Amino acid sequence: MTAAVPAPLPKSKILNPQSAALHIQDLTVAYHSKPVLWDVDLSIPEAKLVGIVGPNGAGKSTLIKACLNLLPKTSGAVQVFGKSYEEQRSMIGYVPQRESVDWDFPVSALEVVAMGLYGKIGWFRSVKSRHKKLAKEALDRVGIADLADRQISQLSGGQQQRVFLARALAQDTRVYFMDEPFAAVDAATERAIIELLKEFKSLGKTCFVVHHDLATVSQYFDWTVLLNMRIVKSGPTEEVFTRENLSKTYGGKLTILEEASNALRITH
Amino acid sequence: MTSMLLKVLFVSFPFFLQPILGSASDHSGTSFIHFNFKDFLEVISLANYNTRLVILSTSILGIASGSIGSFLLLRKRSLIGDAISHACLPGIGIAFLIMTALGNTGKFLPGLLLGASISGFVGVLVVMAIRNTTKLKDDAAMGIVLSIFFGLGVALLRIITEIPGASAAGLESFIYGKTASIVLYDFWLISLVAILVTVASFILLKEWTLLCFDSGYAATQGWPVYALDLSLLVGITLVTVIGLQSVGLILIIAFLIIPPSAARFWTENLKKMLIISSVLGGLSGWVGATMSALFQNLPAGAVIVLVATTIFIFSMLFGTSRGLLIRFIKHTKLNRKIGRDHLMHSSYEVLEEMAMHENRMINNQKIKRSRLLQRRSWMDTELKSLIHTSKKNGLIERYTDEYILLGEAGFAEAARTTRNHRLWEMYLIEYAEVAPTNVDRGADLVEHVLGADIVRMLESKMKTSPYMYIPNPHSESEGLS
Repeated sequence: MTAAVPAPLPKSKILNPQSAALHIQDLTVAYHSKPVLWDVDLSIPEAKLVGIVGPNGAGKSTLIKACLNLLPKTSGAVQVFGKSYEEQRSMIGYVPQRESVDWDFPVSALEVVAMGLYGKIGWFRSVKSRHKKLAKEALDRVGIADLADRQISQLSGGQQQRVFLARALAQDTRVYFMDEPFAAVDAATERAIIELLKEFKSLGKTCFVVHHDLATVSQYFDWTVLLNMRIVKSGPTEEVFTRENLSKTYGGKLTILEEASNALRITH
Repeated sequence: MTSMLLKVLFVSFPFFLQPILGSASDHSGTSFIHFNFKDFLEVISLANYNTRLVILSTSILGIASGSIGSFLLLRKRSLIGDAISHACLPGIGIAFLIMTALGNTGKFLPGLLLGASISGFVGVLVVMAIRNTTKLKDDAAMGIVLSIFFGLGVALLRIITEIPGASAAGLESFIYGKTASIVLYDFWLISLVAILVTVASFILLKEWTLLCFDSGYAATQGWPVYALDLSLLVGITLVTVIGLQSVGLILIIAFLIIPPSAARFWTENLKKMLIISSVLGGLSGWVGATMSALFQNLPAGAVIVLVATTIFIFSMLFGTSRGLLIRFIKHTKLNRKIGRDHLMHSSYEVLEEMAMHENRMINNQKIKRSRLLQRRSWMDTELKSLIHTSKKNGLIERYTDEYILLGEAGFAEAARTTRNHRLWEMYLIEYAEVAPTNVDRGADLVEHVLGADIVRMLESKMKTSPYMYIPNPHSESEGLS
């Protein structure tokens, strides 16, 4: 891949790193000597629903995995509320891609949700009935409390995604990183997720959501990060989500551009 | 699993292999199986002190390998157990040499096992190092470690047998396992380690479950994923090492993997799986060691694993959760239910057509069999058997070759089935982009799966007709209102 490195774009609205929910400086990530993310600089304020948008292979998942220390950084630093990830870990939640786990695993929906509480329960202690109650409440809030005792392979894709969200909900953190929660889910699940995200926002939580559906970006997110190996643009969605910026992100991929312009026509 | 079974079969006939290893095993002549009733009673009743120790220690070993093996299986690292056990062999040789050099007999069991643990653990570290520093995949890393360490071990043992004065006979029994005479001290060592590993599996249940299910998520919660992985592998190494004597290093992997695989057929709950796996492992150890004591010339490892394999096959067939039989029954039941639903649905639609034709409300009447046959692509015999079963279930009141008449319950059931089918159809029309997996179209409560508000919305979208009790999404006629 010989993607030309563009001249650095003017950084929009540099925030004080102390007040930013997420502050990334000069982040570069490489897989086996092939850089996937170049010199990423980001500063995102608190209590936003942040959509991370870009073409396939743009490094969206890589970005959040690097923030979560799941991938080694080649260079750069990530700060959450002014401190390093390690110091702030207890206030950060993660919703991995649904395909990242084996759904044939011998656990029930409730048991997976209870995993969100493992950090609080601590070493060697078992899951008590009050934890199960909390897990059940989380399942209830994503609308599938009646499926609590189902083995997870017996759930539909959307229900599995809701189980993952309930797990994050049970963990009750201030910041969430979500990897494609809207991928291949049914309409009811999509609605449940977006309601949950709005609730998070109203509680002052910040959510970073890897998202692939351009048509819903302006509807769901109040902050958008356009990413294609480097940050194309980051800022309030109404300022950033423009045809010009999208063409910078997606290059000459016409079909996607068309989709994007349709999306713009609908929402503006 | 197939490869595992092949391996069991292959290693069950080690007589062909033994000359390669230069063993001086005592299979003299053809009568390697001798059996008499007195021996049998003595073994079964645990009357013999030594047999008692062997059988008990092998059973405890089985419990330990069954419990920790569950996590190995769920971590999808089954074969690392194989790499560890093969990597133990050079450690045994080196420990023997060191102890002989120090003036001991060289066959002091705890010393040999310590050597085995160290080289087994080195093997694990090499696998991890290869995985982390090169682009080679896990299976290649394990294959490399397994073969290099095993080759080294075989060469070492061969060299040892040729050292004058060193009585190395019996060392090769670590390869295939032998329910050799063990002293009380060895028994305590094996039992202690086995109990330790079993207890660890239950104490670390929560941590290892999270590690096996979603290690990335575990890391974001601050769990030391690398250390947890290592602790699991240390447990596997310990079980392998204490199993070397009775099961042998080639087949200990089967002892780790077969009991949890068998347990998986009985439950969908991890804790239950752990318990069942331990019980099955213990049972395999007990029965296997007993049989091995009866047939002294058969390699103990192979006997034990064949017992475990028998349990596995039984579980695969009759397991109450995922066994083949239960799945077959469920499938047959589902087929029958679908057939019945089709019959009810079609009957209702015929009644609907009749009502529409005669311009009246739908009611329960005789339905011509020929009309039913036209509706679906079913065979005459198929329809006949469906009608027959429905009569038995009370859905059909009576039938002849010409017509059928639904009973009161049957008419209600036909209406219910039709409603559910139409709701699903409407749902699929509305949400065409989504393929709802795992949905039962004839589900008793559509509301249960879709949610009451979606069902209301779907119902309001369906076009109603004055003749129809249940609106049809495809109906062309306009509603009354």
